[in-house]
Formats: sequence, C-alpha cells, structure tokens
Amino acid sequence: MRSAEPGCGGVPVVSAQGLVVTRGGHIVLDDLTFSLARGKVTGLLGPSGCGKTTLMRVLVGVQAITAGQLTVLGLPAGHPRLRARLGYATQGPAVYTDLTLGENLNYFGTVLGLRGRRLAEAAAATTARLDLGGLDKRLVGTFSGGQLARAGLAVALLSSPELLILDEPTVGLDPVLRRDLWALFHGLAAGGTSLLVSSHVMDEAARCDNLVFMREGRFLAEAPPAEILKQTGTSDLESAFLALATLAPRAVRR
Amino acid sequence: MPQGFSPVLAGATARRVLTQLRHDPRTIAMMVAVPTVMMILLRYVLSNPLLLNRIGPEYIGVFPFVIMFIVAAITTQRERATGTMERLMAMPLGKLDLLAGYGIAFGLMACVQVTLVLVVSLTWLGLTLPGSAVPMAAVAVLDAILGMACGLFASAFARTEFQAVQFMPAFVLPQALLCGLVVPRDHMTAVLRWLSDILPLSYAVDAMQRITAAASWTSAISADIAVILAFTIAALVGGALTLRRRTS
Repeated sequence: MRSAEPGCGGVPVVSAQGLVVTRGGHIVLDDLTFSLARGKVTGLLGPSGCGKTTLMRVLVGVQAITAGQLTVLGLPAGHPRLRARLGYATQGPAVYTDLTLGENLNYFGTVLGLRGRRLAEAAAATTARLDLGGLDKRLVGTFSGGQLARAGLAVALLSSPELLILDEPTVGLDPVLRRDLWALFHGLAAGGTSLLVSSHVMDEAARCDNLVFMREGRFLAEAPPAEILKQTGTSDLESAFLALATLAPRAVRR
Repeated sequence: MPQGFSPVLAGATARRVLTQLRHDPRTIAMMVAVPTVMMILLRYVLSNPLLLNRIGPEYIGVFPFVIMFIVAAITTQRERATGTMERLMAMPLGKLDLLAGYGIAFGLMACVQVTLVLVVSLTWLGLTLPGSAVPMAAVAVLDAILGMACGLFASAFARTEFQAVQFMPAFVLPQALLCGLVVPRDHMTAVLRWLSDILPLSYAVDAMQRITAAASWTSAISADIAVILAFTIAALVGGALTLRRRTS
C-alpha cells in the first residue's frame, strides 16, 4: 500500500505512453506516461480546467486520443469490450430525473447486460451500499443533492466494474457523506476494484492510496501521499502541490 | 459507425422513454391532444364542412410531424445536456439501439395521436373520406415518425435546449409554407417549386391530397410514401452519424 511504484499490484489496470489529447487545436493532455495500480484508490488532483475530466473521458472511451497509447484492462482505450467492465460517473449525476431510482437502475442495468434476477440483485445491493434503500419508487428529480449524487454513483457501481472512474464524486457534499463515500471507495478497492477518483479539493488527497497531481495537462507528481510529502519536504499536501507547481516549469525546461 | 443492433436494448430504451413520458402526464396530454385541438379549431375557423374535407387531411399530415419534431429534438438535446448520453455512450449500447428505441417509443405515441385526431375528425367534425381511413392513418403516422427522425437529427446541431426549440420554426415553418398547405405547389414559381420538391413535408401533403381524391390506393400514393420513408431513413442515418461515441 505504501509502495512508490504505482504498478506494484501486478499488471497495471491502466497504462499510458506519451498520451496526447488536443481539443480545438488546444493541448489538453500533454504527453502523459503513467500507470494505475490494481485494487487501489488513485486520486486525480488538480485545479479546475487542468485536464482531469478529459483524462477520465479518454479512459472510458468517449474522447478520442490525438497521439500516444492508452491501455485499459489490457485493451486499447475505447474498445467495445471494455464498456461493460468500466464504471463511469460524470461530474453531474447523469441520471434521468423524470424516472424513479428503480427505473433508472433497471434501464442502465439492462444496457450493462444484467437481466432478470441478476439485475434485481445488483440493483438491491447497489442501493443498499449507497444507503439509498427505500428510495426505489421515488422520482430522482425529487432527491436531495446528496441523494442525487449517490444515485449517479449507483449507476456506475451497478455492474460491479473492475475499474471505476469517478469524476469529482464528492464535490459539494456534506462531510459525513464524503467520509462515508471514501469508506465505500476503500471497501471496493479492498475487494479488488481499481478506482480513479478526481477532485479539486486538496483535503481529499490524503484519503487516496496513490496520488496524481495534475496541472495544465501535465502530471506534477505520481506517488503515494507520504512519498509526495517526503520528496517535497512539506507537511501537508496543499503545500506539496504548490511546491511542485512552482517547480514544474523548471523541470519542463530541463 | 454503428456497432450491431440489439432488439433487447432497443426495447429497453423504448420502454425507458415511454416511462419518462408516463411520469409527465402534461407532456403526454399535449402530444396526444394538440393535433386534435388544432383540427377542431380548423373545423370552426373554416365553418364549412366541404372546405374541411379538402384542407383537413393535409393538416392531419402536418400537425403530428411538427409536434414529434419538437419533442424528439428537445428530448435528445436534454440527454446530451444532462450527461446521460455520454454515460450511455460509455456503456455497451449501440447507437442504433438508442435511435430505434426512440423510434419505437415516439412511433407508438404517434399512433395514439393520429388515432385520436382521426376519430374526432371522422365523427364529431364530420370529415368524410372517399375510401377507408387506414391509408390516411398510415401516412399520418409515417409523417410523425419522419418528424421524430428530423428532430433527432436537428438536435445534433443544437448546443442548448433554447436552440433546439428555435429549430422548430426554422426547420418547420419554411416547409409548412412550401409544402402546398398555403398555396398549391403547381402555382409556385419554378424556384419555389424546386425547393418544395426537396422538402419532405411536401410529399406528406401530396399523399394526403391523393388519398382524399381517390377511393382506392394508387401507385402515386405508394411513391409519396416511399419518399417519406427515404427521408426518414436518411434523417435516422444522419442522426446516427452525428451521434458521436468519441468526441475529438
């Protein structure tokens, strides 16, 4: 858990070589080479607009790659066979607010290949896991902010994916719910699921097994939190990020 | 590029769209009732049953087209805006599954819509037809599905829901002027006639005129229906092509 090598848990779930993504002539991801460890919670931290969402969209195969290579679960990113093996939660809840929670899970579960009893069991297990029990028959549009965020996560968790890509899943939620969600993420990782969780809130960084610090389409650091603190000689991750952010231009120039 | 087709997923999508509508009775009421209300208005504005017999059927072909266009354009635009489209595109759902699902759901709604407008027109409003009402119902449903397909396609060019609404007048009103509803197409100047020839609604109105003119099916009606179907397929293919799984 404290190894400095992200790929130490065997074959990495994700590996990228010189990944470049441009959108509208603008470089969003700039020559990224990295890997993600299996069964770990990796935090993707960085300011808004640094490329976190684009990186996640590339991983789930809805954003085209400009250059470089990206392998996800042993297949090139965007491969049709990956679609049922990945769980993806976008920044918004991305559920149908004019359907009940049960109807949402039914539809998305069917799309993910679950049928009959397996679908019912998966839906029941997911609602219980996210503490949404009893809300099955309620329209998602009537949910509170926290319930809505969990409904969005429920869809991502529904098919017990091997890799979960969660885009800012805890932003704007109350501290108790955030703590519970992080406990859930670590529980999933303990069960063998790999997670990539993005956030622009630095105090969430300490909750991750591994960290990726990102700024302007580049990685500033990729290591466990303790390792980053040691290398930067700082006592908290926010200072570490600032130290790395001011160092980075020099490193690039070298 | 469409990746295969799954009847189960198309069916699940159709059921999902219909369930969304079921939770929104006001939208159902408007979808189903508006063409009928328009026909009732038309009947009393004309205040002449003979005139209704001549003009009414053309409107029966146009109203469902207009309503399905706007409903389909906004529904898909909303899928894009709320992120559900992106979520589905990251899942094992084929683009054809999604389009077919919408087609089935809105097609069923169109059947209800057209049945009501025909029943009310043929009974209360006193519309009389030379032959059976079936050809007219078939053409009206096909027009509705054409409207849906055009709406799906148009929504790809709308960045916001506001724009999607604007597409309705921008796309539909010129067709309504040129399709023969206001002025017969034979009386138009060459350029306008040529324009009306390449617009799908013209064939809907042509088909309705032929159906009211003859007691039996003619090959010209079949030809009009073939053109309507061709436009529908073209719009659906256009919709599939503009539905990008991967953005660049």
